[in-house]
Amino acid sequence: MTALKLTNVCKSFGAVKVLKNIDLEVEEGEFVVFVGPSGCGKSTLLRVIAGLEDATEGTVEIDGDIVNQTPPAKRGIAMVFQSYALYPHLTVHDNMALALKQEKQPKDEIAGRVDKASKMLSLDDYLDRRPSELSGGQRQRVAIGRAIVREPKLFLFDEPLSNLDAALRMNTRIEIANLHRSLDASMIYVTHDQTEAMTLASKIVVLRDGMVVQVGSPMELYNNPANQFVAGFLGAPSMNFFPAPVVGGADGMSVGIRPEHLRIASKGGRLKGEVVHVEKLGGDTNVLVDVAGAGRMTLRLFGQHPIDNGATLEMDYDDADSFLFDAAGHRA
Amino acid sequence: MNKARRNPFNVAASHAILLTYTVIALFPVFVILINSFKTRKAIFREPLAFPDADSFSLIGYQTVMKQGDFFQYFQNSMIVTVASLFFVLLFGAMAAFALAEYRFKGNTLMGLYLALGIMIPIRIGTVAILELMVSTGLVNTLWALILVYTAQGLPLAVFILSEFMRQVSDDLKNAGRIDGLSEYTIFFRLVLPLVRPAMATVAVFNMIPIWNDLWFPLILAPAEEVKTLTLGSQVFIGQFVTDWNAVLSALSMAILPVMVLYVIFSRQLIRGITSGAVK
Ligand SMILES: Nc1ncnc2c1ncn2[C@@H]1O[C@H](COP(=O)(O)OP(=O)(O)OP(=O)(O)O)[C@@H](O)[C@H]1O
Ligand SMILES: [Mg+2]
Repeated sequence: MTALKLTNVCKSFGAVKVLKNIDLEVEEGEFVVFVGPSGCGKSTLLRVIAGLEDATEGTVEIDGDIVNQTPPAKRGIAMVFQSYALYPHLTVHDNMALALKQEKQPKDEIAGRVDKASKMLSLDDYLDRRPSELSGGQRQRVAIGRAIVREPKLFLFDEPLSNLDAALRMNTRIEIANLHRSLDASMIYVTHDQTEAMTLASKIVVLRDGMVVQVGSPMELYNNPANQFVAGFLGAPSMNFFPAPVVGGADGMSVGIRPEHLRIASKGGRLKGEVVHVEKLGGDTNVLVDVAGAGRMTLRLFGQHPIDNGATLEMDYDDADSFLFDAAGHRA
Repeated sequence: MNKARRNPFNVAASHAILLTYTVIALFPVFVILINSFKTRKAIFREPLAFPDADSFSLIGYQTVMKQGDFFQYFQNSMIVTVASLFFVLLFGAMAAFALAEYRFKGNTLMGLYLALGIMIPIRIGTVAILELMVSTGLVNTLWALILVYTAQGLPLAVFILSEFMRQVSDDLKNAGRIDGLSEYTIFFRLVLPLVRPAMATVAVFNMIPIWNDLWFPLILAPAEEVKTLTLGSQVFIGQFVTDWNAVLSALSMAILPVMVLYVIFSRQLIRGITSGAVK
């Protein structure tokens, strides 16, 4: 059963085409992550799915029904916003209960669902507080709770963690992963964060300029990117690209190699350059090397290495780990 | 910055400036108040003196009470002001919400059209308005004044409020939509409370001109039973003789309701936007 099916969805604001012919299927229970550069239309796509914007063309199907004409509240979706968007005048409890009251659910049903959600998110102690009396992390948990109580067929998250600090972000990320496991619901999640995308997704959708560039599991995209854009977008530090002729390849082609697949060659490495910067992270070491003809490349080494700026370094890699792209950026 | 603020010299200076301003601003009110309790002679002999046993007199207030139905005037002014403010705020906020929130054809044009009223004084249309009121039979009713003042207040209200409504988080409104709130509930329950300070500003800006207006009451509603306070007080100002006791007493009493309304709104002004909805 498909939880969501988009067919040829287009969206324009006036003359500006923001979404172009998007086809996408989300299976039941899947965790789909949208990634892409800022302004590529991720939020717009999410809003079209939610019904907050009308698609200019194409159909949106949720759970087998075409919902283009259905108002957001009746689509069986719930959305969590980056800015939390809690109702300032309502308590935590009422924030979560509001949608159910609107649906005219019986009182004990509402109480039961709010209770369950607040236990799940450990919000029990805060039920009588107002949003202004909560920390950022607690507010985001309330926002997630507000989504859970509706028991939607499809969860939509628009960068829900980007306002949180690093430690909290990690905790909440794990919480969301647990939530996905225990609720067994379909989720669509927009993020800028590599780690969130790679760790949460069962399927990643890479968008660019309002078009779907590639769809696949995180490892598929990582190991087998369809083009230079996807290759460069996923992975941190990002993939190194350099003209193929540097290593004796054909003219006009370029080679991509991930920083962790580069290694220091004591002698006879195909890439040779001067170290311009070293980032020592403890666990690994990132070395920026200026390679003649290839530009600046990143080399990622595991463990700690005594490398100094200005040193000359020879590097090499296994051809099996490298990717070859043609002039248009497609895999060759 | 904090240090600079705590500097005793700065504190003294800022208080001195504020106090001076307060004195200047309140001085006319003060003069009116003290003189309204004095005899006519005392008013002219020593306008700045407090009323003492000799000069104290309630003659002005007595004249006001005897002359015409002063409480009726009060009531009329109050009804007109409160009703006009209510409609200005209600319709102004609604129009502002529509302009700020919905994309429709002619949105910008509509906004410009509504803002035009800020630049064109409504009095220019007095003749047309009078004709309109005559043919609709609204002359000498409070409705005539309420409608005119509502029209007069709307442009600025729409202009200010739409600016503020654009700043209300889209996510909040969208969260409401997803939770199944109607557009009306979103407007009244989510958006209006967040623009309350702006509403108070609009109310204060509109209240004084309406309360003090003489022009439209004189033209549209001069009948005894719909006279406003300002118009009612005019009977004491003659071309040759002016009953200063009565004028000052009437003015003193006219200040009170405005003060009350102002206090109500200014508390809203100060309270500020409820925080916590959006980081
Ligand atoms: N209401 C609107 N009117 C006109 N253009 C809009 C509107 N909303 C979004 N856009 C445009 O659509 C494009 C996509 O916006 P969107 O918010 O979907 O990007 P995004 O991928 O979510 O970016 P980010 O990662 O920064 O959140 C942007 O170029 C934006 O300027
Ligand atoms: Mg976005």
